[in-house]
Amino acid sequence: MITVTHYIVLSAILFTLGVVGVLIRRNAIVVFMCIELMLNAVNLSFVAFAHYLHSMNGQLFVFFTMTVAAAEAAVGLAIIVAVFRNKETVNIDDINIMKW
Amino acid sequence: MDKEFFIYVLISCIKILIVFGVIQFMIISMIWIERKVMAHMQVRLGPMRVGPHGLLQPIADGIKLLFKEDIIPERADKLLFVLAPAMSLVPALITFAVIPFGDKVQIFGYSVDLVITDINIGFLYIFAVGSLGIYGIVMAGWASNNKYSLLGGIRASAQMISYELTLGISLIGVIMLTGSLSLVDIVNAQAKLWNIVLQPVGFFIYAISALAEVNRTPFDLPEAESELVAGYHTEYSSMKFAMFFMAEYANMITVSAIAVTFFLGGWQGPFLPPVAWFMIKLSCCLFCFIWLRSTYPRLRYDQLMHLGWKFLLPLSLLNILITGLVMVLKG
Amino acid sequence: MEAYLFYIMAAVAVVSAVYLIFEKNPVYSILYLVMILISIAVLYLLLGAQFIAAVQIIVYAGAIMVLFLFVVMLLNLSAKEELKDALSFQKIPAIVMGIVLLSAIGIILRSKIPLGKQGEYTSAYVHDVGNTQLIGKLLFTKYLLPFEITSILLFIAAIGAIILAKRK
Repeated sequence: MITVTHYIVLSAILFTLGVVGVLIRRNAIVVFMCIELMLNAVNLSFVAFAHYLHSMNGQLFVFFTMTVAAAEAAVGLAIIVAVFRNKETVNIDDINIMKW
Repeated sequence: MDKEFFIYVLISCIKILIVFGVIQFMIISMIWIERKVMAHMQVRLGPMRVGPHGLLQPIADGIKLLFKEDIIPERADKLLFVLAPAMSLVPALITFAVIPFGDKVQIFGYSVDLVITDINIGFLYIFAVGSLGIYGIVMAGWASNNKYSLLGGIRASAQMISYELTLGISLIGVIMLTGSLSLVDIVNAQAKLWNIVLQPVGFFIYAISALAEVNRTPFDLPEAESELVAGYHTEYSSMKFAMFFMAEYANMITVSAIAVTFFLGGWQGPFLPPVAWFMIKLSCCLFCFIWLRSTYPRLRYDQLMHLGWKFLLPLSLLNILITGLVMVLKG
Repeated sequence: MEAYLFYIMAAVAVVSAVYLIFEKNPVYSILYLVMILISIAVLYLLLGAQFIAAVQIIVYAGAIMVLFLFVVMLLNLSAKEELKDALSFQKIPAIVMGIVLLSAIGIILRSKIPLGKQGEYTSAYVHDVGNTQLIGKLLFTKYLLPFEITSILLFIAAIGAIILAKRK
């Protein structure tokens, strides 16, 4: 029998892996992908709670989160492309000045 | 309970095998038909040597491809290079799981739906699966480690994302009229009147977007032979190339089947049995693909993007708006 | 059956996530993330959220990840990887912090999650009306304002992306 705890544990593991990825990776695109992984981990817990509480609100929240993630991906990738044009790198250690 | 479940699984497996076999047969015959029809449109004869009127040509082609050397380029990414053809073929085939190809029939006292599975999110399923097909092409382009392949892959991803949008939005008018996402309900709702009469603009947009989605002429930029050698499958040979070829034809059959289901009344029709009607309509759609290929020249890349984003997308949104207005006004 | 599916999908997601954060080649990272997204979509189906599962694959796997792939291929990032690591001392603390965070969450979870009061949308009711229909109804009644705001958000994001990506 799968309970809500199973889903929350899975969600926590995925979220933590996302955090570790953000901290140890230097490639801006991979860091970005780890943020998407964290968003997905939270979405999973939303849907799990919605299912076990007989509620719809969790699913609607996931819908909104996905919209925000789509907007974030579009703008974020545009920023990465713009930075790459100027600095020829996506290593976040090299992108440390606000202006050039 | 147990026995019923067993029979349900058995019937499903038989249906899957039949549909899979029919699609494979259609792919093979499409290759011959396309060469023949195009040849006659261009006042040529086409394949004539193998069998009467070149009827055995697909078999000869198949044998040739099977016995060719399977080359993997030295600097290619081996894993993805091998996986890519399967990644493009599988999504094209599994879309058929929700397409109804006939009415209920009675076999040995069991009532069997002539659809592999009728799910209440059939429309969303089609798009979920269809959107995954792009990975095969992009991966093939990237893994080949060849600039022509890479360019083909990049073009394919941009083109398919752009046109998937209009493809989805053009079908929403039909969904609004039917009030259901299940493909069986959509076909049943067209018993009296086909949706193409009520949604001519939707069908027009769908037809153009579907052409672009399966990368057929005039939208075959990802494999434009005059500029990109062969696009994403430049480096492929033998059966891997054959799988890309099959994926292209399977995609054509899939989008035609969706067009038949959403706009041309599915299996509905007088006199003939439902499955026959479905096949007739499907064949007409497939013929149009060949007809368009031998008629139109290829678009330029910026023209393709202009058409998609500045013409088809606003038009499809307008179509939804007008459909909604008419539905409200008529009550 | 349900339990097996959960464990298989959970294993796929966790293993892919580990590969995602340690993979050197960004193209492979993207494919691992796609695997995670699809396995999470299957979990959504197990939880009876068909609409969310379909949207997860259409929007995430079919659009956002293809955009990532497009950018990685366009910038040709796979060739040059993270050669020099300016903050190498960060790596070990990061993994330690991850373990600490995970165990903290574990301790909280062991102390019995207080489940709130049950809502009106039982599985049977949702099955009768249809998951997609219910979400649509709620989006255009109770959640109309957030729904409209997200459309503005997407509009602004589209404008922003075009301006940022435009060459001067």
